[in-house]
Amino acid sequence: MTATAAGVPATSVRSRPALAWGLVAAGAALVAAALLSIAVGSKSIPIGTVFDALLHYDARIDDHVVVHDLRVPRTLLGLVVGAGLGLAGALIQALTRNPLADPGILGINEGAALGVLVAIGIAGLTSPWAYVWFAFAGAAASAALVYAIGARGREGASPVRLVLAGIAFTYVLHAIGRAILLTDSATFDRWRNWMVGSLASADPGVIVGVLPFMVIGTAIALGLTPSLNALALGEEAGQALGVHRGQTRVLGAVAVTLLCGSATAAAGPITFVGLMVPYAARMITGPDYRWLVPYSLVLAPILLLVADVLGRVVTRPGEVGVGVVTAVIGAPLLVVLVRRRGRLPRL
Amino acid sequence: MKRSFAVGLALLGICAAVAVVALGTGDYPISPAGVLRTLVGQGNPATEYIVIDLRLPRVLTALAVGAAFGASGAIFQSLTRNPLGSPDVIGFTAGASVGALIMIILVGGGLLEIASGAVLGGALAAAAVYLLAYRRGSQGYRLVIIGVAVQALLTAMTTYLLARANIFDSQRAALWIMGSLNARGWAHAAVAGGALALLLPVVLALHRRTLVLEMGDETARSLGVSVERVRLALIATAVALAAVGTACAGPIAFVALAAPQLARRLTRATGPNPLPSAAMGAALLLASDLLAQRALAPTQLPVGVVTAALGGAYLIWLLGWRRTAA
Repeated sequence: MTATAAGVPATSVRSRPALAWGLVAAGAALVAAALLSIAVGSKSIPIGTVFDALLHYDARIDDHVVVHDLRVPRTLLGLVVGAGLGLAGALIQALTRNPLADPGILGINEGAALGVLVAIGIAGLTSPWAYVWFAFAGAAASAALVYAIGARGREGASPVRLVLAGIAFTYVLHAIGRAILLTDSATFDRWRNWMVGSLASADPGVIVGVLPFMVIGTAIALGLTPSLNALALGEEAGQALGVHRGQTRVLGAVAVTLLCGSATAAAGPITFVGLMVPYAARMITGPDYRWLVPYSLVLAPILLLVADVLGRVVTRPGEVGVGVVTAVIGAPLLVVLVRRRGRLPRL
Repeated sequence: MKRSFAVGLALLGICAAVAVVALGTGDYPISPAGVLRTLVGQGNPATEYIVIDLRLPRVLTALAVGAAFGASGAIFQSLTRNPLGSPDVIGFTAGASVGALIMIILVGGGLLEIASGAVLGGALAAAAVYLLAYRRGSQGYRLVIIGVAVQALLTAMTTYLLARANIFDSQRAALWIMGSLNARGWAHAAVAGGALALLLPVVLALHRRTLVLEMGDETARSLGVSVERVRLALIATAVALAAVGTACAGPIAFVALAAPQLARRLTRATGPNPLPSAAMGAALLLASDLLAQRALAPTQLPVGVVTAALGGAYLIWLLGWRRTAA
């Protein structure tokens, strides 16, 4: 799997078959993570029973009901949300050419979350089909605003500056969201866990509601990968290759909005997944977005499912939200990236 | 110096005016004249109970806590030579939350135990952030981002502690970490005011040497200042001030960041300005608390929500429009 051409750094080029086999291995790991997520929880279920419940469901057996009604929806939600966040992270890093970009750190997820809270707390909407649009509006607005703030000044949207703008904006959005929640104690209790990112309230209706948008976002993201490569070469090379920069940016922003909006509407604002996964994928694939994006798509749900399992195990029988676990894993990476010698390189 | 003095006086005047408004505002409104009459002992029993027993301790706590945060922020910013180096950015307040939570949930203690837990947790977190950000001088932007990363870790720890606590401790702790001035009585006002009365003279006594310290370590040494001792004394004072504020009102965001900078814009003084900052912090926190009580009435917001929203907006403004300041 580590076949590299002589003299080329191991992280930059790998042969196509090696990358394809790696992707298959990652897919197998994803299946294993999904089974783990179905089997482990406040009540552990033997893996044989899990297969039984999946293949020959019997409503009279308690374990089967747990698997069918609780664990499977939760695992599916983890798959969908993880894939969305990982893809969004890879896209936004490519579009801003910023290795620190993450939809959570940049405030996009928090914007989507505020949209959902406005829809539920103020407009009184309860159907996922309705409030997901508010999530899109919030995600799009905050992405545009953060970019506008970060891009001011002579040097433009430098990596650190963009992140700083996102952080400041997140403070404001989070405070407004909390104020909305506090005016309504019933909503507060239901959404308190959601505010830190959690898969616990997995509801099949929500998964079905956001799935179409996720699929569209994923399709756009995968279709954009050749243009993202051209974008990474810089302005002139990209133009010479015939790539329409404006079009790529707009389509990329649409995909990020769809992916982050639906992921946040379903599981709350989860941070650091979009930072960690593209970073790990880049170590495997090198800078080629045609491989980096699919790898992010497969690796991110693995991370999210394993983090969710950890969150269920550490405080058994209680649990901590998956967003808390991803923060514990992801925050040190942010420290390492910021402490790197010299200025952060543009991607 | 003259200008600083005038600005300080003006800010104190604003504090007094806002205090009178705050004392008159609530479910039972009282006119400013009525408030003043009550304060000098000429009110009727009803207004006396409302103003003196219910509202005055809260207002005094807000003033003292705001002043403590403001002065602490001024010292921290001077020590780190960084306009963003305030206790909330460098993780002090988040660490103080974890320390206090450990005391509430794992040890189970009263105000004193919670306060000492907060001091210890805050000091450890601030030291961690400063050391992680330090690389050939601590650069402003890096300090903020590392602060955010450490805060994310500490917040995760907070959530973990809340999840494993019993429901009674959990509610008490959840209220505490919001940063609120609700239900503050004379005990809180006395602790905050007493600590401020002890610590502000120390800040004043150190002021001349702080000024010299800002000229650089070499210069300060050649002028006969023992740099390390002064710095240690300053750190201790600033940590104590932030800790007093956090212990009495919870981790209130951004007052310590914004107050010294706003005060400096008014005084136009270079160098540390702890006293105008304290006055500015008191005015900011009192006004924020008034806003928190009235903005979505009858819902009472914790004041921390208001300061986070205002402070975040201020940070955006700082980034977008005042490049030189950061």
